[in-house]
Amino acid sequence: MKIVMAIIKPFKLEEVRDALTAIGVHGLTVTEVKGYGRQKGHTEIYRGAEYAVSFLPKIKIEVAVASTLVDKTIEAITGAAKTGQIGDGKIFVINLDHAVRIRTGEADAAAL
Amino acid sequence: MTFKRPTSAGLAALAVGLLATTAAHAAPTINKGDNAWVMTSAVLVLLMTIPGLALFYGGLVRSKNMLSVLAQVFYTVCIVTIIWAVYGYSLAFTGGSEFIGGFSKAFMATVTTDSAAGTFSVDANISEMVYFCFQLTFAAITPALFIGAFAERTKFAAVALFVPLWVTLIYFPMAHMVWYWAGPDAISDAVKALAAAADGAAKTAAQAKLDEVMADGGFIFKKGALDFAGGTVVHINAGIAGLVGALIIGKRTGYGKELMAPHSLTMTMIGAALLWVGWFGFNAGSNLEANGGAALAMVNTFLATAAAALSWMFAEWIIKGHPSLLGALSGAVAGLVAVTPAAGFAGPMGAIVLGLVVGVVCLFFCTVVKNALGYDDSLDVFGVHGIGGIVGALGTGILVNPALGGTGVMDYVTGKVADYDFAAQMTSQLWGVGTTLLLSGIGSAILFKIVDVIVGLRVSVDAEREGLDITDHTERAYNM
Repeated sequence: MKIVMAIIKPFKLEEVRDALTAIGVHGLTVTEVKGYGRQKGHTEIYRGAEYAVSFLPKIKIEVAVASTLVDKTIEAITGAAKTGQIGDGKIFVINLDHAVRIRTGEADAAAL
Repeated sequence: MTFKRPTSAGLAALAVGLLATTAAHAAPTINKGDNAWVMTSAVLVLLMTIPGLALFYGGLVRSKNMLSVLAQVFYTVCIVTIIWAVYGYSLAFTGGSEFIGGFSKAFMATVTTDSAAGTFSVDANISEMVYFCFQLTFAAITPALFIGAFAERTKFAAVALFVPLWVTLIYFPMAHMVWYWAGPDAISDAVKALAAAADGAAKTAAQAKLDEVMADGGFIFKKGALDFAGGTVVHINAGIAGLVGALIIGKRTGYGKELMAPHSLTMTMIGAALLWVGWFGFNAGSNLEANGGAALAMVNTFLATAAAALSWMFAEWIIKGHPSLLGALSGAVAGLVAVTPAAGFAGPMGAIVLGLVVGVVCLFFCTVVKNALGYDDSLDVFGVHGIGGIVGALGTGILVNPALGGTGVMDYVTGKVADYDFAAQMTSQLWGVGTTLLLSGIGSAILFKIVDVIVGLRVSVDAEREGLDITDHTERAYNM
């Protein structure tokens, strides 16, 4: 099992969710985050006071999937979240040792 | 408050002119239309402060200090309201010296449902209680204005003590100096008595009485400074007090290094729009009569405001590359401030010019000059109200010129508009501006020092970091 973690543009969330649902991913955790990468930030000006805003709002999604589904998951997220512009985000894949569904106690693959 | 007839000779002549047509009036008659308009205006000016000004300011601070600003503004309105009834109205609007009134109307003594207050025409009165309420709202908004200058770092206790001291020792004298006069009916009566006096002794007595009535006015009033609705008493007065406060209290912790962006320009837009709406009560209401003078003030309050919003916005667009909402809102407030003294004197096209000028001047001041001087006037109270007020006061002296579409200054000796004298008028205007800057600047500095000794002006650095909402009020603006 793997956790696929992706940082995406906030307005792409619905498209990513639809793409994941289409390949059979049935659960997803979303966090509103801030960060920077190659996109850097932008400048805000209030009555002449300029502020460099270096952390931009992004959405972090985390999906736990069977190892066999990892490539398709990455493909789905990439396809849905890509605009071709700097700031589209990144995907990280992390090993997942164990999973439990709290309601039933089912473990690992059955819990996903 | 308008005083279109600043010379005492003019005032006497006004009464003389009316002598032939009116007998000595027994009881003052209340004009119901004027009364209704000033009642409405009083409530509109209250709307300017709460919630207008409170939201305008609240939106500009960080979310952790939102409630502190709202609480300070709301408190100011309430405490000044009570003080106004106890002794404020009396100090501002009874005779005494040129500089301050007396205590004859303390606790609203003699202010009853039957007592009348003069307007600017003989035999056109409004209820004194209505005048009391209308003037109350001006006294309440002025100290609320300067709260923005030292927002986000000043103790509530300091504001709680400073505001009563400041209105007592700065505002009431200023209001008295600019707005107090015997009124048209008293002058009319004195002139009639003089004309009716039979022999030499009676004439001497009547003349003495007239001289006494003519001398019964505020210091700046008698200097002939034109200030239609309170550019000096309210805006320059609050602006300079705010600047002094910002300098004495010091910069916010992290000023110039940390992000101090406004937390809700949506709130600020609501507040600015409410200020504009309420300002019709402030300006057109200051005419005290629902007539053509009020109509001119209303038109000018529309035009100067829109012009200033556009000039700030477009200037920013040209200089910085983007038109900002906050720029348009700030420009609108600057336009409202500038048109306050000019509302009943400038012509409509003059008001547009005044607005276009003040928008750019205040933008320059709030961005270039403030940064160069390095003081932290959190919400630009001095940059908008102080500078905008000075532009308005001087602009009024220019735009009142009939050649520029202004109303001119009525000369009741000849019964028509007097020849416009630029130098004399600007001298009068400078008397008004200078007196305000000196009294409020020096007086406020002393009061801030006194408050600092008694309760302390600033919160601790830790409290400032945590936010005044929690540390001063144990509340949070947004729980979500």
